[in-house]
Amino acid sequence: MATVAVKANELTKWFGEGEAKTIAVRGVSFEANFGEMFYIEGPSGSGKTTLLSLISGILKPNSGTVLVEDKDIWSMPGDQIADFRLNKVGFVFQDYHLFPRLTTVENVAIPLILKRHDWDESINKALEYLDIVGIKDRAYLQPVKLSGGEQQRVAIARAIASSPDILVFDEPTASLDGDTGRRIVDFVKKNVLNDKRCIIIVTHDSRIFEYADKIMKMEDGRITGIVKGEQREE
Amino acid sequence: MLGILKIAYKLLVNDKGKFAALLVGITFAVFLMVMMTSMFAGILHRSSATVLNIGAKLWVMDPAVNTPANSIPLPDYVLDAARSINGVKYAVPLYSGSALVKMRDGVYQAVTVLGLDDASLYGRPALIEGNINDIYAENAFIVVKDAEFAKLENPRVGTEFEINDHRGVITGIAKVTTSGLFGVPTLYTTYNRAITYIPTTRFTAAFILIEPKSDDAVPYIKQQVAQLGYEALTKEEFMDKTSTFYKYQTGLGINVLIMTVISFIVGLSISGQTFYTFILENLEKFGALKAIGAKGRELIYMILFQATFTSLTGYGLGIGLASILITMARLRLPSYAARITYGSLGFAFVMVVIIASISSYIGVRKVLKIEPFDIFRG
Repeated sequence: MATVAVKANELTKWFGEGEAKTIAVRGVSFEANFGEMFYIEGPSGSGKTTLLSLISGILKPNSGTVLVEDKDIWSMPGDQIADFRLNKVGFVFQDYHLFPRLTTVENVAIPLILKRHDWDESINKALEYLDIVGIKDRAYLQPVKLSGGEQQRVAIARAIASSPDILVFDEPTASLDGDTGRRIVDFVKKNVLNDKRCIIIVTHDSRIFEYADKIMKMEDGRITGIVKGEQREE
Repeated sequence: MLGILKIAYKLLVNDKGKFAALLVGITFAVFLMVMMTSMFAGILHRSSATVLNIGAKLWVMDPAVNTPANSIPLPDYVLDAARSINGVKYAVPLYSGSALVKMRDGVYQAVTVLGLDDASLYGRPALIEGNINDIYAENAFIVVKDAEFAKLENPRVGTEFEINDHRGVITGIAKVTTSGLFGVPTLYTTYNRAITYIPTTRFTAAFILIEPKSDDAVPYIKQQVAQLGYEALTKEEFMDKTSTFYKYQTGLGINVLIMTVISFIVGLSISGQTFYTFILENLEKFGALKAIGAKGRELIYMILFQATFTSLTGYGLGIGLASILITMARLRLPSYAARITYGSLGFAFVMVVIIASISSYIGVRKVLKIEPFDIFRG
């Protein structure tokens, strides 16, 4: 039986007050398991990025809970929630957000440095992660000198450098061409996903649905359905 | 923590354009502030040149006297009274006045004449040519070889001139520690020759110089002189009084202060603006760091480190640049007054700390406001 990595209960989030109030997520509940590629899919403005932020400890919900290891992450004080993100969650942002003034390997080492690892040790470990994602030979280049796909790999290496249980990808293929996008997600499924890790991907790119174990569809902040990967609509 | 600071360091120095602009801003500000305050310190120092060069421990003067250059002649009884005060080892008069020297080619040149007590020659300068006893020779004067020496057509021992229709002869060439402020050469002679050759008022002693028996006697001597209606100041007190006069009663202080404030504002504007742009450009990255798990205080340390590192580097460069320039100028231009003091360095440091604090504050405010969610939203 699959172990639950993240459990969301009745999550609601709104922005603004009065007439300007916009409800982005409305009473959403779901579970994502370890060893699973969990997709959140939906049109723009459906609330999927907000939901991703709620479950990864970035944005506090107005109501509802997010349980990780049976603990509500939003009951933690500020510093602990930062530690939760550092230790439990790996982020791959849509625009990667790599530091252009640091080398590739230094970018990957950031989570390790934030975890108070020694500089040289962090760099050595980061080199190992760059090796895993197949761009060790690019270690001492600046990210701007890499292609989009390579930058995506650097972002993945950085995300997995802190050995997180949960990896969140925000529109991972949005800046990539179809082939590169598919190759990246294929790589993630084969090399990054394991039975102690859950990968949650926000996307509306149907070209990568084939790699999903579960796809949760959202519209207007509500879940409109959760289907297994093989049951997806092409 | 060192690793985080190393990231901050690399983010800063690897952005070469911005780092250079930041350094230029702070270096320029420090350079200008140090130059202005050093120049002012040099002027103040030179304003006390007579006090420093004579070197007497206690100076008796009219309370209205503000500087060595504007003395009010003291009645003769003050000298007698000073000599009778307990704790006074000896007291001598000093003549200080201006005169016109007519050189051999007929050109006139204003000079400062200092008349030393005939018996003791107390306050005499160190000679680099000639013999001090020659000051007692007929018409003898000792010329000071300072920045103004050339204005007397580089006289030598034996050079003759006219001073108030009297013949004068250079019998010695002296060196002093500090050149005067007013750009005129200085001649030493005996007190009696000075008051004979130069027209004077009824009283002739500009100052009475006192050598106390010990430092403990100074307060008592000052008290006794005060009872006479005059003021006895130590060398340091007289220099302070002179400085205070130039700082607050001549407009010199406020003008230098305004220039210094302008330098500060220029530095703050360049550095603050550049640092703000630097933070703005990296704002998303700081947000990403927050999302990854960096705590607010770690981001604050990064920004403080960047601001401090830039400021201290700029401070060092500014001080170095000012020091080189002042040293070179002093080597080439003897009349160049600027001198770097601990006060100038301290002042510039405080100003740099203020620049760093304001720049950091702007950066920290901006970075703390950014929410990791904004990074997701794009």
